[in-house]
Amino acid sequence: MLYRENGQFKTTYAADQQIFTITQDKWFVIAVIAFAFIGVPMIADEYMFRAILIPFLILALAALGVNLLVGYCGQITLGAGAFMAVGAYAAYNFQIRIDGMPLIAAVLLGGLTSAGIGIIFGIPSLRVRGLYLAVATLAAQFFCDWAFLRIQWFTNNSSSGSVSISNLQVFGWTIDAPVEKYLFCLVFIVLFALLAKNLTRATMGRQWMAIRDMDVAAEVIGIRPMYAKLSAFAVSSFFVGVAGALWGFVHLGSWEPAAFSVDRSFQLLFMVIIGGMGSIFGSFIGAAFIVILPIFLNQFLPALGSIVGVTISTAAVSHAELIIFGSLIVFFLIVEPHGLARLWAIAKEKLRLWPFPH
Amino acid sequence: MSRKIGDVILDLQNISLRFGGVKALTDISFDIREHEVRAIIGPNGAGKSSMLNVINGVYHPQDGKIMFRGVERKKMEPHLAAKQGISRTFQNIALFKGMSVLDNIMTGRTLKIKSNLLLQALWIGPARNEEIAHRRKVEEIIDFLEIQHIRKTPVGRLPYGLQKRVDLGRALAMEPQILLLDEPMAGMNVEEKQDMCRFILDVNDHFGTTIVLIEHDMGVVMDISDRVVVLDYGKKIGDGLPDEVRASPEVIKAYLGAGH
Ligand SMILES: Nc1ncnc2c1ncn2[C@@H]1O[C@H](COP(=O)(O)OP(=O)(O)OP(=O)(O)O)[C@@H](O)[C@H]1O
Ligand SMILES: [Mg+2]
Repeated sequence: MLYRENGQFKTTYAADQQIFTITQDKWFVIAVIAFAFIGVPMIADEYMFRAILIPFLILALAALGVNLLVGYCGQITLGAGAFMAVGAYAAYNFQIRIDGMPLIAAVLLGGLTSAGIGIIFGIPSLRVRGLYLAVATLAAQFFCDWAFLRIQWFTNNSSSGSVSISNLQVFGWTIDAPVEKYLFCLVFIVLFALLAKNLTRATMGRQWMAIRDMDVAAEVIGIRPMYAKLSAFAVSSFFVGVAGALWGFVHLGSWEPAAFSVDRSFQLLFMVIIGGMGSIFGSFIGAAFIVILPIFLNQFLPALGSIVGVTISTAAVSHAELIIFGSLIVFFLIVEPHGLARLWAIAKEKLRLWPFPH
Repeated sequence: MSRKIGDVILDLQNISLRFGGVKALTDISFDIREHEVRAIIGPNGAGKSSMLNVINGVYHPQDGKIMFRGVERKKMEPHLAAKQGISRTFQNIALFKGMSVLDNIMTGRTLKIKSNLLLQALWIGPARNEEIAHRRKVEEIIDFLEIQHIRKTPVGRLPYGLQKRVDLGRALAMEPQILLLDEPMAGMNVEEKQDMCRFILDVNDHFGTTIVLIEHDMGVVMDISDRVVVLDYGKKIGDGLPDEVRASPEVIKAYLGAGH
């Protein structure tokens, strides 16, 4: 079947407002999701789950959250790591302090707490933008780093400063094996991606984009910048917070504040830039790219080195990683702010018309 | 003329606006009547755009009052003006570049959409129905402006003339009581100007929308406006019927002096 929209006429506005207006797109995504649920558990091994798939899913969720704020609403943030931390520590406290707290509820409450904190740290966005906002959100990052390190109550007075969660259970099902953890995260990310898609095609998403593209015109239409910006901070922080709770509970199991440092904030921002600002799909590609590239380079560079007879040290590999990220970010910021997702869209556009050039 | 000009809908009293030392507007008073086409003319830098920005709350005048249907406007905020049914287009097109034509015009419906964030996220019941109902309304505007073929195109890719039309569409989507148009025909060729004139007059005719129009093309102004205000260096130097204004010596002098 050719990739075509011919003959797919929309007879109602409801049909034209579906998530995928081209049938092939819909089937492609359904196939990917089905494969993720059924195929991947059959072929992936434990290493794949632990080192690649689970981090990918959770970081994709966080990147999606960052993308709602940065890509859709145009507000820069360097504090995403902090909001992951808030989600993780809040979920942890809900879990240990309230008897019989269900796991899913704890994770969602972690997200909600993060949303609340996100609103507070979003307030500067009402007055400042660009570099100044970046600095304000960076302050959020350092404040949270400090708070989780120094305020013992958050870590339940643990002497080492690290906290841990064991025995994850959902409706009597114990989440223990890597494949179970993977599936648990997968459910979250699929549902959250759907929520994000819905928001962005509804009035909320249009308000965010309007504020991003031309704030004076947005105000004149009746959009209140305060509501639009703070809701973007809230929703974004909710996503990021849930991702943080999953990162702590499911991926790490036990963690220290350093798990959510400013490095994480930058990593998430890079995912969005490389994947594509203002694209839900882009958040996934960006996360996949950043999770897989280091692993790929670790395998590939030393192998390449031995072919040409040079030994490549681990340090050189990690330098190469930074150089590649750096140049890609510069490339995308300058040449294609819509990232890999845009390149993909262009390819699709060509395919739709293929074999005709126009 | 079929439409009836009504009572004063917007009354501007002694408006003064300064930016630091620059006096953009000095003690300006005029009124706008319901259903009329009210033109504001004047040489470059006369303060025309500033006047529109005062009317829809973007600029805050240091002195003066704005009465909307006899009630003084307390706070000067754009979204409050929007709630009163005042919408506008921009001199330097201010569309949402990253969004499609359809989405741009849909943003004009923002104030009319009531469903909350949660319903939108779940895309259920009221949120979905609202979305479809507003889409229907927006499609009427798209048909009216004859831009069906570009509804899914990102506005950044459109030629200038079409962008101006989308800008008008977005303002119309608010179903405004008063529509402020800042040089809607600037930079257009004759044919595009004729189309634009037709749209403006149609809106005025069919929906009774009051129109405040800034325009440099005197032919257009004389043709389609009911009354004209003339500004020069932030002061009002003329106000009346098109023919009266055209005959006024002060207006002629301002225009000749400015090299027109
Ligand atoms: N935001 C602003 N800050 C400072 N000065 C401003 C601002 N907006 C307008 N002005 C000044 O106010 C005066 C009137 O400008 P305005 O844009 O209202 O003129 P205009 O009549 O619309 O001119 P044009 O025909 O060129 O559009 C100008 O001197 C301009 O420099
Ligand atoms: Mg102007």
